[in-house]
Amino acid sequence: MRSLARWTALVLTAALFLLPFAVLVAKGWPALADVFTYKEIPFARSLLNSAVVAIAQTVGQVVLCSLAGYGLARIPYRHAAKVLYAVVATLMVPTAVTFVPSFVVVSSLGWLSDLRGLVVPGLFSAVNVFLFRQYFLDFPVPLEEAGRLDGLSRWGVYWRVVVPNSTAFLAAIAVIDFIGSWNQFLWPLVIAQDSSTWTVQVALSGLLTAQNPKTTLLFAAATVSILPIILVFTVLQRYLVRGISETGLGGQ
Amino acid sequence: MRAIVKRANSRNTLVFWLFVGPFAIGLLLFTYVPITWSAYLSMFDARNTVTPTEFVGLANYIDILTDRAFLDSIGTFTVFAAFIVPTTVVLSLALALLVNQVTWARAFFRSVYFLPFACSYVVASLVWKMSLFPGVDSGIANTVLGWFGADPEAWIGTVEPPLYWVVLVTARLWLQLGFYMLLFIAALQRIPTHLYEAAWIDGASTGWQSFRHITLPGLRGALVAVLTLNLINAYQAFDEFYNILGDARGYPPFARPPLVYLYYTSLGSGGQDLGRGSAGAVVLALVIALATLLSGRVFRRPT
Repeated sequence: MRSLARWTALVLTAALFLLPFAVLVAKGWPALADVFTYKEIPFARSLLNSAVVAIAQTVGQVVLCSLAGYGLARIPYRHAAKVLYAVVATLMVPTAVTFVPSFVVVSSLGWLSDLRGLVVPGLFSAVNVFLFRQYFLDFPVPLEEAGRLDGLSRWGVYWRVVVPNSTAFLAAIAVIDFIGSWNQFLWPLVIAQDSSTWTVQVALSGLLTAQNPKTTLLFAAATVSILPIILVFTVLQRYLVRGISETGLGGQ
Repeated sequence: MRAIVKRANSRNTLVFWLFVGPFAIGLLLFTYVPITWSAYLSMFDARNTVTPTEFVGLANYIDILTDRAFLDSIGTFTVFAAFIVPTTVVLSLALALLVNQVTWARAFFRSVYFLPFACSYVVASLVWKMSLFPGVDSGIANTVLGWFGADPEAWIGTVEPPLYWVVLVTARLWLQLGFYMLLFIAALQRIPTHLYEAAWIDGASTGWQSFRHITLPGLRGALVAVLTLNLINAYQAFDEFYNILGDARGYPPFARPPLVYLYYTSLGSGGQDLGRGSAGAVVLALVIALATLLSGRVFRRPT
């Protein structure tokens, strides 16, 4: 009897969670092809921009932050603790609150309506550095020492020993970064002022908040926009779940 | 010997900066410089310029702290947090317990509840605004109300009582419950099963007793994490407010959380007042830093 109640709850909740996706696809399906020929909003271009931004940001973040995390975890340096402190201190100021000052810096660099302005400021994630450091602190030292004995440099140890043995963790961080980057809205809204640099989220928002939004087209565009992310999600879910369970990263 | 140690040290220094340097430069340029610059701008008349000349002291701060709309935005955040935090904690814990108890198809249900995590706030806003709560009779929420004989509601257009909160809160719940559920599931699986066996032997007859005395204490860390993350995220809410409540005519005068307020003050179409926007950013950043420090103190384990 209790088991029946439990299953009813599970199935009903699952149906409720799937309903918005069902609505999206059901309404968008008929106009899927029209999305790319629609003139008023450069939708195909925005998809391409999103892909460029998300891929560049994911690769850049993983490379820069894993390097920094490894350096902080493993390389003896007199002031390493101070550097770590300077990194961790920024965690108290969430990036969304600093969008006004960051906008100021990016506009003085001349990066408004420029993909560089969308990609570069987001590369330096203090959270990622912190998590990579924690992870590398637990990396088995004997493995690294074996590499040193074989004559590898610090860099050699990192590249030939540490990275190949950390692919699951790297993948977990990469998936979370990719989803976050593809779905981000406020920063591209502020930076991509010219429609040629819109990301897909900004384009969708433009359609949604327009006068008399074209409902079918809107749903079709939204369906197209979630396809890549659902694909990434499904294929790499194992890493995603592990990454979140172990680190708590990805809260927005 | 000393010379060797010294050489090894300076070599390590070089290697350290080769690893950390690229990130450190970026952090300096895109986090420390903006914060400093913003503190500087906040004391100038910086309308439509990033290199202002007119020093105004604390005028921007006085302006913003006496601005009714800014104080309202803090009020909006408080109401939003009062709705979203308890519902998220209870429902994500319930989902975690539900999923954790089944043995068959567990991964399937976990995936389904977690799937909205992949969806953007913009897409969710679209579905909520145009299809679930559009304020017309054919909307899904109104259809369901109709089954029970209730009158249709205008939802996002209804200010008295403020039914737009139903739309905003359910959208966020759908998007984030799965994520917090994962945090709870991870914590549940770290509770050793022998504790439950021992409790059973000791005569903890009901599920409630073992939940109260074993599960809940074991979830303490996860509860603090869920609460803190959830609050910080609610504080930074922007996407669904902007997309659900905003339209071609602009944004309504009510329900503006802090970031929506900041966006319209400093970057909106009504003229860019970066001095005032910066003062707002500084105030909001201070509030959150203070809250983080305080919550760290309050939630610190007593042991």
